[in-house]
Amino acid sequence: MLELLNLFYIFFKIGLFTFGGGYAMIPLIRQQIVIENAFITEEVLLDFIAISESTPGPFAINIATFVGMETQGILGAIFTTLGVVLPSFIIILLIAIVGSKLIKTKWFKNLLRGIKPCVIGLIIGAGLTISLKNMIPTLDLKSQYDFSGFNYLAMVVFIIILVLSKIKFKNKKTLSPVMLILISAGLGLVLYGIQSLIA
Amino acid sequence: MRLIGELFYSFFKIGLFTFGGGYAMIPLMEKEIVEKKKWVNNEDIINILAISESTPGPFAVNSATYIGYQIKGVLGSIVATLGVVLPSFIIIALISLFFMNIKENQVINFMFMGIRCGVGVLVINAALKLSKKLSVTVFNVLLAIATFLISVFTDFNIIFVILICAILGLIYYSFRTSKDLKEEEQC
Repeated sequence: MLELLNLFYIFFKIGLFTFGGGYAMIPLIRQQIVIENAFITEEVLLDFIAISESTPGPFAINIATFVGMETQGILGAIFTTLGVVLPSFIIILLIAIVGSKLIKTKWFKNLLRGIKPCVIGLIIGAGLTISLKNMIPTLDLKSQYDFSGFNYLAMVVFIIILVLSKIKFKNKKTLSPVMLILISAGLGLVLYGIQSLIA
Repeated sequence: MRLIGELFYSFFKIGLFTFGGGYAMIPLMEKEIVEKKKWVNNEDIINILAISESTPGPFAVNSATYIGYQIKGVLGSIVATLGVVLPSFIIIALISLFFMNIKENQVINFMFMGIRCGVGVLVINAALKLSKKLSVTVFNVLLAIATFLISVFTDFNIIFVILICAILGLIYYSFRTSKDLKEEEQC
């Protein structure tokens, strides 16, 4: 029971402090779920971000359900999902009942103006950290500067996908995240497959 | 009672068919809730969009809660939110059951090894896309760099970082006159 309440509490915090939606949650989720509580590993988090791109529903709900299932089964999933949904539910309900005057005040707007650049710094930090950690698993920018475990294939895939993501087609569109994920899956299969066959 | 059922069903459909997150659900919402059911009008949707920008939580949940309330009070907000959340809950719960098992397949494993590299790119690109929306001011750049460094090189709790930045925003912008801000934003 204690674990369930703990899960609820952790995801309640996540649900309460995520402004900006989608990937804006990743820094906080990573810190709470991977680093501080080790509910899932860094790799599983990355795997799941990819899965979430291909399934319906907001990332917040998806990751909450997933972590809940992985740690405490269906009951865990209910507690985590309830936790992540409740803060916004309560806040929006209050606004719907009482009116949106409070969030239109200068005070509140100034609070948001502080949060916005913060969120950007956090997401860039998270993106770089997880990319780096994927390429150099032995490196920990917070403590252990060990560059020995360099995974050059990971870097190759990373660079290819990075370049592909910047290509703009004639109608000004770029490759969708799902396409990029599929391509990276294919690259992984080919490159790591060949590597394992050679070894 | 019938309305409650319809409310749940409509938001269940919206929750089921919204891929890509966030605002991708707006066309569906317009079709289902504005045109078909005529429960709300487009102005309400713009309203909830603006509100959702200033509140935490996914847009899907926010809009379901808000519109659900407009239609059937607190019960409506509960039912609508439940409806929009349930599809992904069920799908992810099912995926979770098989997830760890499929990773034991070496082929799938290699694919995920590649996928992880791709995800890194996606997150970085998402951050860069967001940063384009923000004007390049001293405050923004300093804060972004500071939070970047703190989150990468220290274990400082991110929730505190967010709270402190919110307070810094409050303090900083309260002391700047609107004239200063207009000059700055023109740069």
